[in-house]
Amino acid sequence: MSNKEKTWKEISIAGVPPKSSIGFLTGDWKTYMPIRDLEKCTICLTCVMLCPEGAIAFLPEKNKIQIDLGFCKGCGICANECPTKAITMKMPEEEE
Amino acid sequence: MTTQEWKFTAKDIAAKPDLFLSGHRACAGCAPVSVLRLVMKATRGPTIVTQATGCMEIVGSIYPYTSWALPWLHTAFENAAANASGIDAAIKIMRKKGKIKDEYVDVIAIAGDGGTLDIGLQALSGAVERGHDFLFVLYDNEGYMNTGIQRSSSTPIGASTTTSPAGSVIPGKLEKKKPITEIMLAHEMEYVATATPYYWKDLITKVRKGLEVEGPAFLHVFAPCPRGWRSDPAKSMEYSKLSVETCVFPIWEAVNGKRQLSTPSKVISLAPQKKKPVKAYLEGQGRFRHLFTPQNAHIIEEIQRSTDERWEKLLQKCASGAT
Amino acid sequence: MEHQIKRDTVAMNGDEAVAFAVKQCDVDVVAAYPITPQTIIVEKFSEYVANGEVQTQYVCTESEHSAMTACLAAAAAGARTFTASASAGLALMHEMLFVTSGSRVPVVMAVANRALSAPLNIHGDHSDAMAERDSGWIQIYVENAQEAYDSIIQAFKIAEDTTISIPLMVCLDGFTISHTLERVDILPDDLVKHYVGERGYPMVLTHEGKTVPFKLDPANPMTMGPNALQNYYFEFKRQQEEAMKHALKRIREINSEYAKISGRGYGNGLVDKYQLDDAEIAIVVLGSTAGTLKVIVDQLRQEGIKAGVLRIRSFRPFPVEDVIHALKDVKAVAVMDKSMSPGGLGAAVFSEVRNALYDSKQRPILVNYIFGLGGRDNSPRDLRKVYEDLLHIARTGQAEKAVNYLGLRE
Repeated sequence: MSNKEKTWKEISIAGVPPKSSIGFLTGDWKTYMPIRDLEKCTICLTCVMLCPEGAIAFLPEKNKIQIDLGFCKGCGICANECPTKAITMKMPEEEE
Repeated sequence: MTTQEWKFTAKDIAAKPDLFLSGHRACAGCAPVSVLRLVMKATRGPTIVTQATGCMEIVGSIYPYTSWALPWLHTAFENAAANASGIDAAIKIMRKKGKIKDEYVDVIAIAGDGGTLDIGLQALSGAVERGHDFLFVLYDNEGYMNTGIQRSSSTPIGASTTTSPAGSVIPGKLEKKKPITEIMLAHEMEYVATATPYYWKDLITKVRKGLEVEGPAFLHVFAPCPRGWRSDPAKSMEYSKLSVETCVFPIWEAVNGKRQLSTPSKVISLAPQKKKPVKAYLEGQGRFRHLFTPQNAHIIEEIQRSTDERWEKLLQKCASGAT
Repeated sequence: MEHQIKRDTVAMNGDEAVAFAVKQCDVDVVAAYPITPQTIIVEKFSEYVANGEVQTQYVCTESEHSAMTACLAAAAAGARTFTASASAGLALMHEMLFVTSGSRVPVVMAVANRALSAPLNIHGDHSDAMAERDSGWIQIYVENAQEAYDSIIQAFKIAEDTTISIPLMVCLDGFTISHTLERVDILPDDLVKHYVGERGYPMVLTHEGKTVPFKLDPANPMTMGPNALQNYYFEFKRQQEEAMKHALKRIREINSEYAKISGRGYGNGLVDKYQLDDAEIAIVVLGSTAGTLKVIVDQLRQEGIKAGVLRIRSFRPFPVEDVIHALKDVKAVAVMDKSMSPGGLGAAVFSEVRNALYDSKQRPILVNYIFGLGGRDNSPRDLRKVYEDLLHIARTGQAEKAVNYLGLRE
């Protein structure tokens, strides 16, 4: 246990969590990362809907899709389901 | 239920902020967690969510973090519907007494197949009989995955789990899947439906319909579990789709007992040649791997036969308008 | 003071007195399942609901497990909640009792104490509530129907106190109190409603960074009932102990406050001492048996025997200091238990009292009497025998056996 953890006097009762999981990054779970081919992407939003992590955001004002690698666990559902095959899963070094 | 159906576009849904947040601890490729996200996309206003103990309860509430942007309650495993009963009762009386100002507060209870078909069935039946106003969402991944892949009464014939292992004598689970929607329909509920997340638009529409019912509504959502099914995490949505295309899990809704196929299943009913063989769904899933051997080939045949039989019965029920 | 207190006197059994008190406390949700000897409570309350005498959502659940769950959930949603149970019903709630206290919601429950199976027995003893000793609930044991009525009213004040916020069970002896018609003085409805007041909520910090009242509220979302792992679970359990410490203080204070509006108090709220100041022998007991013992003590006193009674009213939190203080000058003490702990050294109350007295420099010889199991009647003659045994122990300075069975065919 680290010193960052609080004492019983400092925390609210009954385990009410004081933090949103938005602060808990899961991006380092992944082996493969999704790489998008922007020319093939039709912004159909299939990946946004089916991503279990909510890691693919649709930005309506820009009409763009953005993948948040901070949460992406690399499952590959987006690549598997993309109707235009605009997403491929790659090892980070392959990408570099 | 309102007669005006809720219309939405993919962009509307995509732009709606998540109420089940990122940073949860579900396995990569988890379809049940997509179900949570999509169900929350269908909310229409003030909502309270309650969950039974299970994977989907654990992954979003590990102290000091929460993935729930909505008021959320978990108490135990077998009682999600009893939680909903208490919340519903509190809302009703506190609104009457002016302690709650909201015109309505939707209540959604969520449980896995263990928390619904097995240990949670009594509380569910009781809450439905009492007519509480809530939507019960079953995410069915066909086993006790949170505790390490044990058999539930929702595990299908032939599947190997840690308590129905494929051995040299017994080839996995021998018993049929419990027909939970038939049990719920027998309660004469206003709204009972099935869905699966690949058909996300259908799922979201059904959640909204369930919320609009004044009284209990039941939604059975089929949700592949790559860990428990020993399948490729990238293919969770593919199996979701295949479950419908093979008629292993047809999708439909019953409003006041009148059953109607939903579009993806309706397409197959109109063009039976589109119906895929169950093999297409079974292969690739490690839990069925032992079936692809000469001595177990008859089990696949049996799965095909019983799937066809259930599909035919469903078509008859839809045609006759009976439950 | 007494003449200023408005009161009506009615004849009620203990269960009816409980139902009547609940009615006066403006409870939002009652979720319950019938079980003997509690059933009269829910039947009576159902009548109030059916006749529009209360503004309460009454939920007839399909089991006690769901009854406790629904109460927990309703209380989490901000409602004042009540339920009642006994015996097998309480045992079926077991899991949820811990969840309710750990979830820090102030559910109030009446337990009409009854034996646990097997063999099946519907009659009174304390096996059911004693099995829930460590469930994190406040346990108040009452002596009669009047105290059952008064304690229910006090229960909401105690449990809902924002420094406490833990559930509370009022235990009344099955049949002896639950089904016996007694004279009960009742307070006016408006006085009770005003005294109990609106439910308050502790403040908690949520994931939105806001400090808000602890309840399920769409305007201020929070997560209730999360998972706490090895790094935090222990801290939340320690908080429950702190709540019990607050309860120890508030039970006393509320006993005094309530005496001002009703003219009735029960000892200091935690313990009720009878003729203990100069007592040489004494019996420690819970519940209705104390009533009979007080009569016996009066007889013994007339005979020149310095006998007394210590009735423990609050078993959880356990009033350690009060027990030490009350018994320090007594020579021989019998602790009477209406439950058993097979294989243990005596039963629950005995263990507790013995434990409390261990560090006391001055302590009596202590013996345990297990009695009344499964509703076995204990006559005044049997009970007097305990005092006679104590006299012998006090004189000889030693007890033959630590654990004794009273009213059992040997």
